[in-house]
Amino acid sequence: MYAIEVENLVRKFGDFTAVDNLSFNIKKGEVFGLLGPNGAGKTTTMSMLSTMLPPSSGKASVNGFDILKDQDNVRKSIGIVFQDQSLDEELTAYENMDFHGRLYRIPKNTRQKKITELLKLVELYDKKDNLVKTYSGGMRRRLEIARGLMHEPQVLFLDEPTLGLDPQTRNHLWDYIDKLNKEKGITIILTTHYMEEADKLCHRIAIIDRGKIIAMNTSENLKNDIGGDVITIISPERDALYSAIKSIPEVKSIELHDSSITIGIQNAEKHVAHIVNVASANNIEINSFSIHKPTLEDVFLHFTGRTIREEEASSKDKMRMMRKAGRR
Amino acid sequence: MDIVYTIWLRSVKRYIRSKSRLIGSLGMPLFLFLVLGFGLNSVVVMPGIEQGYIGFIMPGIISMSVLFTSVFAGIQIIWDKQFGFLKETLVAPVSRLEIMLGQTVGGATTAVTQGLIILGLSLFMGLEISNIPGFAVAIVFMTLIGLSFTAFGIAIASRMDDMHGFQLIMNFVIFPIFGLSGALFPIDSLPEWIRSLTLLDPLTYGVEGIRYGLLGTSQIEPAVIFGVLSGFTILMVVVGSYLFRKISI
Ligand SMILES: Nc1ncnc2c1ncn2[C@@H]1O[C@H](COP(=O)(O)OP(=O)(O)OP(=O)(O)O)[C@@H](O)[C@H]1O
Ligand SMILES: [Mg+2]
Repeated sequence: MYAIEVENLVRKFGDFTAVDNLSFNIKKGEVFGLLGPNGAGKTTTMSMLSTMLPPSSGKASVNGFDILKDQDNVRKSIGIVFQDQSLDEELTAYENMDFHGRLYRIPKNTRQKKITELLKLVELYDKKDNLVKTYSGGMRRRLEIARGLMHEPQVLFLDEPTLGLDPQTRNHLWDYIDKLNKEKGITIILTTHYMEEADKLCHRIAIIDRGKIIAMNTSENLKNDIGGDVITIISPERDALYSAIKSIPEVKSIELHDSSITIGIQNAEKHVAHIVNVASANNIEINSFSIHKPTLEDVFLHFTGRTIREEEASSKDKMRMMRKAGRR
Repeated sequence: MDIVYTIWLRSVKRYIRSKSRLIGSLGMPLFLFLVLGFGLNSVVVMPGIEQGYIGFIMPGIISMSVLFTSVFAGIQIIWDKQFGFLKETLVAPVSRLEIMLGQTVGGATTAVTQGLIILGLSLFMGLEISNIPGFAVAIVFMTLIGLSFTAFGIAIASRMDDMHGFQLIMNFVIFPIFGLSGALFPIDSLPEWIRSLTLLDPLTYGVEGIRYGLLGTSQIEPAVIFGVLSGFTILMVVVGSYLFRKISI
């Protein structure tokens, strides 16, 4: 049985189609990643699945419940960590947690135990009685995650959960998310910009761009799609190089980008000499040449023709902070 | 019921914590009370009211502070929307009606508390009220004003995306409601057409109700006051929950 079924889901804002005919299924107990650049439609998809936004057309169900007809049961089945902050800053961390526990009707004893356990996990227990407005961005994020995990939902939505966290905390949370999934069998759907995160946590990844899924598979298979290893060449005469290399039969794929050429090829080491020879035979200068095992970054580039850089994510961190500062 | 309590608890905690707002919102009523009350007390003769003009406007000023506090408490939903907290509440498996009721009761609680503080202060400043059951009557009417206008604020907030419209609502809705209510003047002495206008203003009934409780006299039948104000409260709660159900974030 599927935890999430999505069929031809569409969401329009005016004339603009943010989510364009999305269809996918997520199995119970799966960790599923939505990977895509800014504005791809990840949050919009999450909002529809969590009943916060009605779809323009199409249908979807979560935990077997229709997101339009059975909203209450959907809400009972899910937990969500929103991309944007959703804490009450005038309350303490403990009170935010307590509010959540009461909303989900967790009995007092369990509630207190869970709050303590989770606040310790995200290392906020010492500051549990401080008002959230005195918290740093990373602390707030940790608190939100702790809160989202509190009622142990069957399906957990995490919209860029580790945005703005330091590497250590991020690793911590990854371990916990992984544990939740393995021990409690919670189905997790997460969006991220961090390739490493998707690679480490997700069983399957959907690459989404301009509202459409352009690739969906395990991280392993997505990388294999590229065709073995990746060679990146930087050269002033990219076009010439492109046509010269294209004729080499072993090359599985070749793509021309703004500043580089990437080649997908099996056992790249064996072919280095050949490629360099082809280039020099054509009098093409090469500025840099590198070989690496494919990463999701390459997969993304391969499917969208664009890079999705970590900088993008960190500039968004700044936006988040700035917006918060502007509010006060 | 647990959910209503949870939402109520949050409102009350926030109210208690925002000391500056609490004190700030006492400023205007006290100012009016001092300036109008003491300023006009010796000039204006109020037949049939022992406590004079100052006694006459005191229920009006209490109503004002209940009115402002409750509308403000309702409109706070917009902040929750902007700060994202509303999402946390809306995505939980609780009905919107429970959320709305919790917010309404919470707003009314803070509004009535605010009204009681004004009442306390005016007693402190020498106003004499001896009728104890009258206090209970006044509190009932303060509660009705609090409930209805918090619900009214929620209704407005459900249709607004940000605080830009707040000033507009204050100037064109809330101040007229206060001004027309007979909080500061006896409605019997008005020309007929203004008088009918004041009778359309729900706050008039609130003011008269509190006046009846505290001073023992009112210009409208107490039963009519109670009927109209209860009706208005129910109407506002219904309209507020209807609009809140459709709130989008
Ligand atoms: N309420 C709205 N009104 C109009 N347009 C919207 C609204 N919400 C989202 N959009 C548009 O829909 C598109 C998808 O937005 P969405 O937030 O889903 O992107 P995302 O994949 O989550 O991006 P990010 O990585 O930046 O969070 C964007 O172009 C955005 O401008
Ligand atoms: Mg997003």
